[in-house]
Amino acid sequence: MNQDKLDTFTLDGQTIPFSAGQTIIQAAIAAGVYIPHLCFHPEFKPHGSCKLCTVKVNGRQTASCTALALANLVVENNTAELNNERLTLLQMLFVEGNHFCPSCEKSGDCQLQATAYELKMMSPHFDHFFPDRPVDATHPEYLLDFNRCILCSLCVRASRDADGKAVFALSGRGIKSHLIVNAESGNLVDTDFSSTDKAAHICPVGVILKKRVGFAVPIGQRRFDAQPISATPHPIAKGDA
Amino acid sequence: MSELDTLNSPANTPSPPTPLPQAGEGSQVSGEVNQSGEGHHVKKLKVATTSLAGCFGCHMSFLDIDERLLELVKLVEFDRSPLTDIKHCGPCDIGIIEGGLCNAENVHVLREFRANCKILIALGACAVNGGLPAQRNHLSLTTILEEVYHAQHGLVDGFIPNDPELPLPLDKVHPIHEVVKVDYFIPGCPPSGDAIWKVLTDLLAGREPELGHGLIHYD
Amino acid sequence: MVSQIHAAYLDLILTRYQHNPNHLLQILREAQEYFGYIHADALSYLGQQLSLPRADIAGVVGFYSFLSDQPLGEYRVLFSDNITDRMLGSVDLMTQFCAQLWVEAGKVSEDGLLSVATTSCTGLCDQGPAMLVNNIAINRLTPERITAIAELIRERMPVSAWPASFFAIEDNIQRKDILLNGEFQSGSALAALLQRGADATLQEIHASKLRGRGGAGFATGKKWEFCRDAVGDAHYVVCNADEGEPGTFKDRVLLNRYADQVFEGMTLCARVIGAKQGFLYLRGEYRYLLAHLQAVLQQRRSQNLLGHRILGQADFDFDIEIHLGAGAYVCGEESALIESLEGKRGTPRNRPPFPVTNGYLNQPTVVNNVETFAAASLIAVKGGEWYASIGTTVSSGTKILSVSGDCARPGLYEYPFGVTVAQVLADCGAQETQAVQVSGASGICLAPAEFNRQIAFEDIPTAGALMVFDQSRDMFEVARNFVHFFAHESCGFCTPCRVGTSLLANMMDKLALGHGSPYDFAEIEKLNTLLQSTSHCGLGHAACNPVLDTIAKFRPAYQKRLIHHEFVPAFDLDFALTQARQMTGRDDSGAHFEST
Repeated sequence: MNQDKLDTFTLDGQTIPFSAGQTIIQAAIAAGVYIPHLCFHPEFKPHGSCKLCTVKVNGRQTASCTALALANLVVENNTAELNNERLTLLQMLFVEGNHFCPSCEKSGDCQLQATAYELKMMSPHFDHFFPDRPVDATHPEYLLDFNRCILCSLCVRASRDADGKAVFALSGRGIKSHLIVNAESGNLVDTDFSSTDKAAHICPVGVILKKRVGFAVPIGQRRFDAQPISATPHPIAKGDA
Repeated sequence: MSELDTLNSPANTPSPPTPLPQAGEGSQVSGEVNQSGEGHHVKKLKVATTSLAGCFGCHMSFLDIDERLLELVKLVEFDRSPLTDIKHCGPCDIGIIEGGLCNAENVHVLREFRANCKILIALGACAVNGGLPAQRNHLSLTTILEEVYHAQHGLVDGFIPNDPELPLPLDKVHPIHEVVKVDYFIPGCPPSGDAIWKVLTDLLAGREPELGHGLIHYD
Repeated sequence: MVSQIHAAYLDLILTRYQHNPNHLLQILREAQEYFGYIHADALSYLGQQLSLPRADIAGVVGFYSFLSDQPLGEYRVLFSDNITDRMLGSVDLMTQFCAQLWVEAGKVSEDGLLSVATTSCTGLCDQGPAMLVNNIAINRLTPERITAIAELIRERMPVSAWPASFFAIEDNIQRKDILLNGEFQSGSALAALLQRGADATLQEIHASKLRGRGGAGFATGKKWEFCRDAVGDAHYVVCNADEGEPGTFKDRVLLNRYADQVFEGMTLCARVIGAKQGFLYLRGEYRYLLAHLQAVLQQRRSQNLLGHRILGQADFDFDIEIHLGAGAYVCGEESALIESLEGKRGTPRNRPPFPVTNGYLNQPTVVNNVETFAAASLIAVKGGEWYASIGTTVSSGTKILSVSGDCARPGLYEYPFGVTVAQVLADCGAQETQAVQVSGASGICLAPAEFNRQIAFEDIPTAGALMVFDQSRDMFEVARNFVHFFAHESCGFCTPCRVGTSLLANMMDKLALGHGSPYDFAEIEKLNTLLQSTSHCGLGHAACNPVLDTIAKFRPAYQKRLIHHEFVPAFDLDFALTQARQMTGRDDSGAHFEST
């Protein structure tokens, strides 16, 4: 490939190089710039559903995980307008499910929570839906707490694309959309889910949890206790460095 | 206009709360709060606190500001609060609510605070999103009362208390912003003493309260 | 064994669809028609037979309103719930029906005889109120007709034996122009095509300045050309007959009376772009048109207008399959429609790439509206210049309008582009008109001062729905109906639309309950900004339009809901104590909240 000179675009005035085929968020992460995101993961095909990574490209909002980087684009990211919109999206996710952080073992290591800290979400703002979403504790090693699902579909993609399985799928429509597992019983224990699956370790929130290891890391030492998510390199980006 | 007029906090209000009197130099707080007519006298802000469907953990955390309490009482005077045992809230500058709403009395107290306080603060997870008590919300109240007073193992001749002195439970637990306008939120279970101190001192100084990394947390 | 019961009918269906997973939606639809719902064993069996994960199939069942994995009753009765149905009394009729059959809306009767629920606009606004019984449409409901239907169900009379008059759907063509005047001769467009050649035919389409009739108005010739030039293993032609926009019903009539002309337009397109396969994506609500359309296709095959070596041309093979939708408005969005054609959940794709390069099975695909294909047939016969001379310079040709609501003569009106709304209102016999909703729920609400505006891409672009509201109507309730429609039809893919449309519906309900304050207005405006800027597709972009338009133009309807100056809870506090009062037997003053 001819890479003598990479094309560039600007992100909040900063020049960001990119290679052909990279999306805006991929180029930003490679350049060490944080764009809030939840359903995006560097290892998987972009989904574009959470809309947290919405940026303004040449004056128009678009999801940076699905928008290809193009030469000379003018991209806005860290602006009050966009951050306010992202904050509202977060508040929507918080009222849509049942997110009780104090009793969640993912607390401190949760991408939803850390992103909400980053964007200074002080309250969920809207009226809560308080949906009824029973927990699936059938599997001997893993627990599914659907109350916290944000429908990012990372587990669906990981199971399908990395594990070659189809343990998870989305069902329902609209506000009734929900995660299901691939078993007639509807229970995780009756799927071919395994603790070594990529899907077992991909959930950005506290839905897919390994049993009997919760709260092992003391408060103060968890992933996002030390520094905010914006200063926490993506595990993959870090690995690349 | 005061900085407090341009809120970007998630306070659910299109119109900003009445601004507090601006703090003077060196923590001196002046204003027209106590309508005593003594114009140049330093007046303390009135603060009321209460715990609704909470566990008093947030109040305990409030006390964790430790020796800064001494500094605080130079600036504020407590109205209704577990600290004073005053039973009803009078006109106040700041009302601090711990806990969500699980019964009729919680609603009455919250409304009393909203009616009397210029600024209302939701303190802690339960006030902010219902917290632990709200985890009953996926069950019907009928089922819960039935289970607790009739069906539970070991009960003999159980009956559901019906004394008019007792507040009736709401069918669902609500965070307080779903029932009244709330001006500021301090999340956490409990929020740290430092977080509470930061918000209060920001407000007393006429600044928009802001919690940085480490001070804002939901657990 | 239970599963053998399911294997028996599923095998027949699977064989008919060659065990092709792309036909999953059709297989599920037929399985449900046979068995009444998709049984758990059927899901498992289909998973095995189609080599699809069971959960993926369950996800498809869960997406479409008409599919169910739970028993629905021998008779599934769905009342059309568009605002026009409501204006004609559908709410009372449904209440009457439920009372007569002792059934609760939204549930299956205890004896399993029937279930009753509402469904989004069924496209019978000109002859409502309407319902679907086991997917078949019944129009012009009256208290008498409802009583008769209740009686037939109680007697367990098969729907096929019900009086034919119940199912007599009318075309209601009120004004004809070039499309509806019925001069088109079957085969004439293909004859002209063969005479002129494919490239020259494309030039005629270019010259006609024909633009897509689905509302967006993309130049048809360009779309066909882009698709023709796109590299792929195969090219496809798709006719979008998922006419789900509330208040629209022109495709119903075009397919009932002018199907030949539509199919011929598709065949033209196939020749131009080099496609061998076409699909008509027919909305599930028009299930009753299926047999007729199949017959038209069969006739065209027998006339050598479809199939192998069309009109004797060695390299001209093309055929059309009909795919039925299953109750999902979002599938009217072309990329969601393609997902649905592939047997998947109807989630709009990330675009670009667009269907002209990456459509059905990731191959170059033209998706056009029913009316667009019908117009293309005319253009092939009469030439592009002739067509371009009709209408305005920017919007050539004619537009078929679906007119419903408060007017003397609802039905179809075909006009050259540029007609004013006032002209349409005069022609349809509308009186004391307060408002006209153009383009359905996602469109624009016009006040009388705007009735001189034109139906044209340069002024009001539209797929053709015109719902008329007279002075007696409450425009707040109109908007509230539309907002609930969007919440019901949101696909749930993106956060802003999935959560935002439900929040918006809750806010409108809050105002309706008398709990509104300026706070709620500000919230609605905030939601609108967010939905417009961050939603994944047009559904989310449009979801706040009805509210914003009516707030701007019919403010008194909202003003009377603005009872409070300060924030008030969305729920009724006193009602929130009902369960506790019942359980404790208390009714003292402390057991109530005084109303605020």
